[in-house]
Amino acid sequence: MKRRHLLATAALGLTMAFGGTAMAQDKTKACFVYVGPIGDGGWTFQHHEGALALQAAYGDKVEIAWQENVPEGADAERVLTQMALSGCDIIFTTSFGYMDATNAVAAKFPNVKFEHATGYKREHPNVSTFNARFYEGRAIQGHIAGKMTKSNKIGYIASFPIPEVIMGINSYYLHAKKVNPAVELTIIWAYTWFDPAKEADAAKAMIEQGVDVIASHTDSTAPLAEAAKTPGIIGFGQASDMAAYKPSPRVSSIIDNWAPYYVKRVGALMDGTYAQADAWEGISGGEVEIGEITEAVPAEIKAEAEAMRDAIAAGTYHPFTGPIKKQDGSEWLADGVVAPDGDLLGMGFYVEGITGDIPK
Amino acid sequence: MFGGIDPALLLASVIVASVPIILAAIGELVVEKAGVLNLGVEGLMIMGAICGFVAAVETGNPYLGFIGGALGAAALALVFALLTQYLLTNQVATGLALTLFGLGLSSLIGQGYVGIKPPATGSVPFGPLADIPFLGKVIFSHDWVVYLSVAVVAAVWWTLKVTRIGLILRAVGESHDAAHALGYKVTRIRVMAILFGGAMAGMGGAYISLIRVPQWVDGITAGQGWIALAIVVFASWKPWRVLVGAYLFGGITVLQLNLQAAGSGIPVEYLSMAPYLITILVLVIMSSGKGRASLSAPAALGQNFHASR
Amino acid sequence: MLRLEKRPSPSVFWQRSTPILAVILTMIAGGIMFALLGKDPLVAIRTIFWDPLFGEFAFYFRGQLLVKAGPLILIALGLSLGFRAGIWNIGAEGQYIMGAIIGASVGLALFPTENRLIYPVMVIAGAFGGWAWAMIPAILKTRFNTNEILVSLLLVYVAQTILAKAATGFLRNPEGAGFPGSRNFSSYPAAGNPELIAGTGMHWGVVAAFIAVIGAYVLLQRHILGFHIKLAGQAPRAARFAGVSPNRLVVLCLGLSGALAGLAGLFEVTGPAGQITIDFNVGYGFTAIIVAFLGRLNPIGILLAGLLMALTYIGGEMASTNLGLPSAAIQAFQGMLLFFLLATDILTNFRIRLTKKEVA
Repeated sequence: MKRRHLLATAALGLTMAFGGTAMAQDKTKACFVYVGPIGDGGWTFQHHEGALALQAAYGDKVEIAWQENVPEGADAERVLTQMALSGCDIIFTTSFGYMDATNAVAAKFPNVKFEHATGYKREHPNVSTFNARFYEGRAIQGHIAGKMTKSNKIGYIASFPIPEVIMGINSYYLHAKKVNPAVELTIIWAYTWFDPAKEADAAKAMIEQGVDVIASHTDSTAPLAEAAKTPGIIGFGQASDMAAYKPSPRVSSIIDNWAPYYVKRVGALMDGTYAQADAWEGISGGEVEIGEITEAVPAEIKAEAEAMRDAIAAGTYHPFTGPIKKQDGSEWLADGVVAPDGDLLGMGFYVEGITGDIPK
Repeated sequence: MFGGIDPALLLASVIVASVPIILAAIGELVVEKAGVLNLGVEGLMIMGAICGFVAAVETGNPYLGFIGGALGAAALALVFALLTQYLLTNQVATGLALTLFGLGLSSLIGQGYVGIKPPATGSVPFGPLADIPFLGKVIFSHDWVVYLSVAVVAAVWWTLKVTRIGLILRAVGESHDAAHALGYKVTRIRVMAILFGGAMAGMGGAYISLIRVPQWVDGITAGQGWIALAIVVFASWKPWRVLVGAYLFGGITVLQLNLQAAGSGIPVEYLSMAPYLITILVLVIMSSGKGRASLSAPAALGQNFHASR
Repeated sequence: MLRLEKRPSPSVFWQRSTPILAVILTMIAGGIMFALLGKDPLVAIRTIFWDPLFGEFAFYFRGQLLVKAGPLILIALGLSLGFRAGIWNIGAEGQYIMGAIIGASVGLALFPTENRLIYPVMVIAGAFGGWAWAMIPAILKTRFNTNEILVSLLLVYVAQTILAKAATGFLRNPEGAGFPGSRNFSSYPAAGNPELIAGTGMHWGVVAAFIAVIGAYVLLQRHILGFHIKLAGQAPRAARFAGVSPNRLVVLCLGLSGALAGLAGLFEVTGPAGQITIDFNVGYGFTAIIVAFLGRLNPIGILLAGLLMALTYIGGEMASTNLGLPSAAIQAFQGMLLFFLLATDILTNFRIRLTKKEVA
């Protein structure tokens, strides 16, 4: 049944071995599959920045190629196959939805390395996964939010009810609550990753409800632009720094910085130390960067936030450290217990104190 | 239960949120009244969004931005006009191709403009009027484009109803053969209507990239052009109903987000479907009542015209 | 002065040659655009049009052409019937989603039962899902005279919300650690739709598309319903006198196009896509409208148009990865190709004459 595939792969193996080697010897080809356009100013933009940083780091030794706007599913599988066929040595697939396609194609090309972002399946030895601990950044935002809010109402514009987002909401709320027990969290589910007009409307609805600190898990700057129209409202840059809105409303930001990981992995591939990995790094690995905390935040709060950042980076503080109860009052983490990664990656519940239900 | 929602603020938000759709829809209404179905509104809007953004950023003047947006989209609409009016291509397919082309072209133009903040457009200073309770907030607190959008609707209504140009336009849309027999230049009139529609969609797009959001990112219009098309049908090709339709749709969209923020307890997924379902429901009620005939589309809509003699 | 003169009957010569002329014109215009973007136009055009068919890895891409064209052809055939009769179903995208959800639900409800009958039942359920979704505009149209363009279009957005709910809620993979997305059908043989002959891209959806081409051809040429459809489109009044019930036609045409779109969704979700995800739909329902008109609403034409569209997608992707062309340039290029294909058709129906006197 797989005969044709085998033939194809064999033919390919030959090309790689003879035709391709002369070039492939000194040049490693790294390929990137993007779910959106590079011009999205957020998720894909940051991955592409990482790719460019990779190119800059190794210069002539590395060749990069990429494909934007690749839908998840059948199209992803085709693009991955095409990349593997055309001589990519390592392929980074940068969206959760590429998980099954990545594993399926990896089975056919055992000599190509695959790196899948934000997934959990590593069905073949040549598949690694990588992700960033964005919740660490949310903890710092939560701290700032709890301290800065005057109305005691803080907001979170959420995209879809998935663990990644729920993790961010919980981390944000826990740290706001810790410094301000009176704080209330308003959540709006936008049901989109990217719809600037809707995001602006969501921010506006929050502001009209008295919310004065807005965090968002959708990618555009629209919520910040909306916040800028009302004095006293602050927010955070998401995915990229969004420096145009400094010093206020953008008082800090979470920057997805994939460059260290890309440089590290491709470097390992070139010097032969590459091994399958399940990387989930945060502030310490440089993947989650906390954008400059501006002068709109009082120096004292800024110092606390930076101390928290440094403690997380040093590994002395974990944002999900017990005692933490679930929304229904049952115990999740006992005093002093740090959340296991498995709990976080599949998180499907709010922590105690958040009102409302996760859409099911 | 929903005590947190301030009706004045809500109405003010609705008025602002609906502007891009009103502008694009009123433009498309004129196009369709002339008997042309242009499904490329989304492509036109996004061309307007990027051309407006580039013009505003390069000149530092938001007014020039809107002019740039209108011109950019009108230029793209000219392609549609040439294809459908002179080369007699199928309007539905050409419109969809126009959307594809517009999305691609806008992204190419916009490559250097991601992450830039455009020059700000302020509210119109109404002085004491803005301090009137309720009304001040709802009506007298907006930027100039909001008032322009209502003015355009009024102008289109007046033109179609009262003026000779409006009469000719409607005649062309109802029966191009009859209009041609009466000596009207069918093709020329339709081309003018298409250009007007393009310019309006472009203004709507520019409103998104210059005021609503304001920034440039690929795909910024995120489907608003399609909603504008639906609103024209909803309005049964009557200008004032465009305003009603856009406010209804925008109103439910804003309201559902407000209900979420206020913690209403209604499941979120039903809230996010609500704008579409309620729009359909209202249209069903409107179209099932009396006067059904008056709800029908221009008779020559979507048909190409070629003067054989 | 140039003047158009209508041909008494369409020119067969030009009908055959305009697509070639259009492709050549697109190559010239697109080549200029690629050159402006700093890429070698000849290489770019060869990559788009030649490499997927005859290039080094054509053995893989020829099959992929079928995978990509299959759903487009299937949906476009259904739409073409309605378009011929003046019934405007713009919402095939929604019917495609609902077909996939209903069909997948049936399959997943039976997991992990192995039975030969499961897949046929799922196929029927998929067709039913699309049909039922299309019945909403059909019934509103016949009972309340509500415009079907608006209803079918807005229902796409409703279907997308249901899709998000399915992926994060009722169809979510119970073994997926809380991540969104259903089980993958590739690991459930009784409900899967794998390649029938490995490496060819042939799956049941492609087979169904070919059968549908023949079915539509016979329907339009030989069956009274086909005659009624054509008559209703060309001469609505005459059709009424001939006893064609407009309501019956609306229900039939919308139902048929909905069922075919639903089928396409079912074949896609069980085969190439593999699972229900938040972004499962990739716009086939809208692209199929273009395919229907490019094919002049003729079954054979739609077959060819679907394959051509698929070629530009796949070739465009190759150009994008291999040459670093932005995917936006490929979109614009596709737009140009469509413009030229539509524009040159005028030569089929009209003669261009030089005249001295201007005729308005």
